[in-house]
Amino acid sequence: MKKLIGILLLAIGSPAALLVFPAILFVSPSVLFVSPSAMASEGGVRLDAAPINPTDVISLQSGARTFANYCLNCHSASLMRWNRLMELGLTESQIMDNLMFSGDKVGELMSIAMVRKDAMQWFGAAPPDLSVIARARGADWLYSYMRGFYRDPARPTGWNNAVFENVGMPNPMWQLQGERMRVEHAAKNESAKDGHGGAVAYEMVKPGSLTPVQYDETVRDLVNFLVYVGEPAASSRKQIGIIVLLFLLALWPLAYLLKREFWKDVH
Amino acid sequence: MAAAEKPPVTGTGSVALDGLLTWVDQRFPLISTWKAHLAEYYAPKNFNFWYYFGSLAMLALAIQIVTGIFLTMHYKPDATLAFASVEYIMREVPGGWIIRYMHSTGASAFFICVYLHMFRALLYGSYRRPRELMWIFGVLIYLCLMGEAFFGYLLPWGQMSYWGAQVIVNLFTAIPLIGPDLSLWIRGDYVISDATLNRFFAMHVIALPLALLGLVMAHLLALHEVGSNNPDGIEIKNNKDANGVPLDGIPFHPYYTVKDILGVVVFMIVFVIIVFFAPEMGGYFLEYNNFVPADPLQTPAHIAPVWYFTPYYSILRAVPPMFNSQFPGVVAMGVSNMVLFLLPWLDRGAVKSIRYRGTHFKVALTAFVIVFLILGYLGTEPITVWGQFGAWLGNADRATVAARICTLVYFLFFILMPWYTKVDKTKPEPDRVTYP
Repeated sequence: MKKLIGILLLAIGSPAALLVFPAILFVSPSVLFVSPSAMASEGGVRLDAAPINPTDVISLQSGARTFANYCLNCHSASLMRWNRLMELGLTESQIMDNLMFSGDKVGELMSIAMVRKDAMQWFGAAPPDLSVIARARGADWLYSYMRGFYRDPARPTGWNNAVFENVGMPNPMWQLQGERMRVEHAAKNESAKDGHGGAVAYEMVKPGSLTPVQYDETVRDLVNFLVYVGEPAASSRKQIGIIVLLFLLALWPLAYLLKREFWKDVH
Repeated sequence: MAAAEKPPVTGTGSVALDGLLTWVDQRFPLISTWKAHLAEYYAPKNFNFWYYFGSLAMLALAIQIVTGIFLTMHYKPDATLAFASVEYIMREVPGGWIIRYMHSTGASAFFICVYLHMFRALLYGSYRRPRELMWIFGVLIYLCLMGEAFFGYLLPWGQMSYWGAQVIVNLFTAIPLIGPDLSLWIRGDYVISDATLNRFFAMHVIALPLALLGLVMAHLLALHEVGSNNPDGIEIKNNKDANGVPLDGIPFHPYYTVKDILGVVVFMIVFVIIVFFAPEMGGYFLEYNNFVPADPLQTPAHIAPVWYFTPYYSILRAVPPMFNSQFPGVVAMGVSNMVLFLLPWLDRGAVKSIRYRGTHFKVALTAFVIVFLILGYLGTEPITVWGQFGAWLGNADRATVAARICTLVYFLFFILMPWYTKVDKTKPEPDRVTYP
């Protein structure tokens, strides 16, 4: 008899859980909590929201290419293995032929040849490993930072950044973005009033090979990729989470009815 | 031969199982323990929402121990390897990220349960005679838990791990005379280093968990000796039937086991939502800066402890340095914890439960909860978070002034307790519990 009740409850519980479930989908918890992007940059510059999409495989692949071409000479991502990029729909040979410039095994870590000590001497600070940089800085910061370089003759590298003032890093993608000068315009104080820091205006001195829109898209893909590298398990995390949640939501009515059944005789 | 005197176990519905249990029971207090702590432990029938958090705290402890065992299999307590080994768990150990997120979320969940469990004790006077010793064990569990969380937080070896530990260990430096030597002894080095990481690891995975388990056992034994309090704050043992069973008591098993299962399912739903959909909890459960490897040469602009320490961190910051020493702040922080031990003797109320207390206690408890939450919030933020007062108040930071007022209220709650509980106009307690 008890077994029968159990089976019955399971039958009732599961569809009930399915009814509750869509509501949970809409109230995605991640929306409820402040993202790191809500923080302002050190420079007091307003950060632009990164229009990234972690399910856009084309964007992630493009980001991987940009990362391998422009970042991976000075920065490592040494907590990440090359062959994990197969998750992005790439084959082993595609990774070997198009992304890996050094090393010969696809299971290797995304490390670099540059020695830390040399880097310290050349740039004043060793370029950080980028494996979890998106988790530390947030996508919006990275998106704004990579679009925040401008020409500054006062700096040893000739480059400065609006988001990270006096950063040691020169603009690695200057050929794509072009060279810009920073313009302090009158409206700066106006926009600073909204509490998000001032807006920055630039003047293009020498255009790059990409239009500003194309450049923004390139940076978006790169940031999308860095967010992926920060936590490669993120997408499976959410998928498994939905299954676990469904299981618990089905268990809930069972637990409730079990409690009610036992407590019937408590008066 | 004496052991054979015990009557055989019957009633499981299986001859073989009856036989096995009889064999065990004649050599081990199986049936008597089962009865004393579960089947014939009579708990008041009128437990409400607040009474879920004791069993949920035990569940959180179990989650921490089990996930902790698996993390220890892959973690490297070495300053050069620790940060990468945590990411190795997150990336390459099968299911590693689930284990790690369960552990990091579990730490916060444990504190949430313990805080709510302690608040329940305040609501219904569960620390009052004859439950003083149980309360003391409980406070010891809480202190142990804080130590456990502090030691554990260094292990990922991120910037917040490192500088948080630096700040806290430096507090000991403020103790007169022995301070500098003491902090050196704790660290095992002049700065937080590999030596510190190794000893914190030892404390986190063996010393404190052992103490914690022992204290939980003592807490439960004390509970089962004196019996549970209830939302009416009256003793169910005062009304017993002919067999000596409390009239308002029900056997813990099966009534509260099935009720707690319901609590567990609801708890797990919330827990799972955090673990799988918001493991960082907006930077409150996993701080963003802790994804930057520890760098002894670069102090972060803003060092904040994890949320469960922030009320005390606020108290520490609120007390101004005196005689060029941070010591008063350290003392205030220490006393703010230790004062909990005195609670059973500070409360002079004629009744235990808030249901029959007067306005004085209700106002005091409300004020206490509010200032605790404000202190908690302020501890997560830089002291400049609310800006400054004008020149007429010496341009003082608003947040610091607020924290000072809150700290004062925090201590007044305890200092004035003998007075306001005594003069409180209480209502008469009922003879029997109110149910439902």
